[in-house]
Amino acid sequence: MELIMAVAVGILFTIGVYLILSKSLLRIVLGTSLLTHGVHLLLLTMAGLKTGSAPVLGGQGETYVDPLPQALILTSIVISFGVTAFFFVLAYRAYQTLGTDEMDSLKGEEQ
Amino acid sequence: MSNLLVLPILIPLCSAVVLIFLKEKLPLQRLISVVSAVLNVMVAVILVQRIHVEGIQTLQMGGWMPPYGIVFVGDMLAALLVLTTSVVGLAILLYSFRSIGEERERFYYYTFFHFLLVGVYGSFLTGDIFNLFVFFEVMLIASYALISIGGTKLQLRETSKYLLINIVSSTLFVAAVAYLYAAVGTLNMAHLSQRVAEAGQGGVLNVIAMLFLIVFALKAGLFLFFWLPGSYSAPPSAVRALFGALLTKVGLYAIIRTFTLIFVNDPGFTHTWIAWMAGATMILGGLGAAAYHDIPRIFNYNVIISVGFVAFGIASATPDSLDGAVFYLLHDMLAKGLMFILGGIIITAAGTDQLKAMGGLIKRYPLLGWMFFALALTLVGIPPFSGFAGKVLIIRGGLESGMLTLSLIGLGSSFLVLYSLIKMFRLAFWGNEPDREYPKVHIRGVTVLAAGLLALVICMGVGAEQVYSYVSQAGEVLVSPALYIEAVMKE
Repeated sequence: MELIMAVAVGILFTIGVYLILSKSLLRIVLGTSLLTHGVHLLLLTMAGLKTGSAPVLGGQGETYVDPLPQALILTSIVISFGVTAFFFVLAYRAYQTLGTDEMDSLKGEEQ
Repeated sequence: MSNLLVLPILIPLCSAVVLIFLKEKLPLQRLISVVSAVLNVMVAVILVQRIHVEGIQTLQMGGWMPPYGIVFVGDMLAALLVLTTSVVGLAILLYSFRSIGEERERFYYYTFFHFLLVGVYGSFLTGDIFNLFVFFEVMLIASYALISIGGTKLQLRETSKYLLINIVSSTLFVAAVAYLYAAVGTLNMAHLSQRVAEAGQGGVLNVIAMLFLIVFALKAGLFLFFWLPGSYSAPPSAVRALFGALLTKVGLYAIIRTFTLIFVNDPGFTHTWIAWMAGATMILGGLGAAAYHDIPRIFNYNVIISVGFVAFGIASATPDSLDGAVFYLLHDMLAKGLMFILGGIIITAAGTDQLKAMGGLIKRYPLLGWMFFALALTLVGIPPFSGFAGKVLIIRGGLESGMLTLSLIGLGSSFLVLYSLIKMFRLAFWGNEPDREYPKVHIRGVTVLAAGLLALVICMGVGAEQVYSYVSQAGEVLVSPALYIEAVMKE
C-alpha cells in the first residue's frame, strides 16, 4: 500500500510541477493545488499506513495508528485551501487589471 | 512555565481581530494599533529582562509535557528578536500613519499589519517545527494581503510571483517536515536535536537538512533571492519597510535555529553549503546594489547583502561569529527599518523613485540628507554606529575558522554597500535640481520619527558593551544546544 501511495505522490508532484512551469496563470494555480495535495499524501504515507487500530475510538487493540500526521495534514489542508482561494482571486483580479494571464507578458521591468 | 511568552502573540492577534470590526473608524484604528504596538514593546522588555535573570523560559500549551504537545521557548535570541521586531514594528506603524493613505487604511491595512506581527513573533517563540510552519504561513498570508493591497498594476503583477514562490517553498517545508518525522519521529525542536544526534546525521538526515536549508533560504533570500528585488519593490514604502526589516530576518532566524540546534552534527557538509551560499549572496547582492538606479531596488539588494553576511556568521559557527550574527541581525532589523523609512521620505520628497530624476535635495531637506549619510555609515559598519560590533565579530569568527576568502568577500561587500549608498546620496542630495518642480510635501513628522530610530541605532552602537552582555547570552545557547534541550525537556 505504501508503494502505491508513493507512486501516487510522485504522479501528483510531476503533474503539479508541469503545470507550474506552464505559462497560463490559471494552470499555475491548479499546479500549486496539486503539489500541495501531493505533499499531504506524502505526510500521510510517511507515518506508515494502517499500523494499528484507530486511537481513542478504535476500541482495544495491540497497536494504534499515530494520529499526529493526520492533525498535521488537517492544518496544512486548511492553509492550502485558504491560499489557493486567495491565489484564484488574485489571478482573476490580475487578469482583469492587466488584461492577460500569460506569464510571459507579466515579466520585466516597470513600464 | 511562563505565560508571559504567549503575550507577544496574543496582543497583536486580539488587536487584529478587533480592528476588523472598525473598518470606517480610522482614528480609532490608529489608536488601537499604537496602543497594541507599545504594549508589545513593554512586554518584550519584560521578557528580555526575565530571561536575562532567570534563564530560558518555556510554556507548554495545554499542559502537555514535551516532547508531546506544542511548546513555546523563549531563549535570549528569540526574546531579543521579539524586542527588536516590536520596536521596528512600532516605528513602521507610526510611519504608516503618514504614508500609507486612507484608501489602504480602510481596507484592513492595520489588521494585516498585526497579523503579520503575530506570525513573526510566533516564528521566533515556538519550539515546535510544525508550529513554525504554521506561524510562517500566518506571516506569509498576511504578507500576501499587504503586498497586493491597493491593487496597482505593478502590485498585481509582482504578487502572483511572490505568491507562487512562497507556495512552492511552503510545500517543500511540509515535505521536509514529513521526511523528518518519518526519520526521527518527533517535531519538538529540542527533542529533534537529541534524536538527530542519537541517529547520527548520515545521508538521509543530511538530505532533509538540505531541504530545510532550501526552504529557509527561499524565505530569507539567501542565494535563492531572484524573486526578492522585484516583489519587494511593488508595495508602498511602509510595507517595503516591514518586509525588508522583518520577513527575511524570520527566514534567517529559522536557519540559525535549525543549524545550531538540530542539524549540528555534520557541519563539514551543511555549513559548507551555507558558507558558499552566503558568499554568492554577498557578491551578487553587492553587484545588484551597485548596478541599479532606483531606490527600491538598491535597498532590496542591500537587504540581500546583509542576509548573506549573517549567513556567513552562521556558517563559520565559532562562538564569536554566532554572537556577531545575533548582534548584526538585531542591528540590521533596526537599520533596514530606518533605511526603508528614510528612502520612503526621499521618494515622497522627490516625487519619484528614480535617482536620475533627483538632485539638490540637500538644500531643501538638509537634516534628511545628513541622516541618510549617517545611515550609510551605519550600514557599512563604521563606529560608533551599531553595524561595527557585529561586523567585527563575524569577520573575526570567520578568520578564526579559516574562511579567509569569505571574510574578504564580506569586507568587499561592505564597500559595495558604501558605494551604492553614496551613489544614492550623491545623485539625490548633491548636484543641481532637475528641471521639474519638486512636490510640496510636509515631511517634518516622519523625519522626527526617523531621527528617533537613528538615535536608537547610535545608542546600540555606543552602548555595544551593554548590548553585548545580552547578545552573548543568546550566543551561548547557539554554541551549546544542550542548554536549550535541558530547558525544554527538564520537566
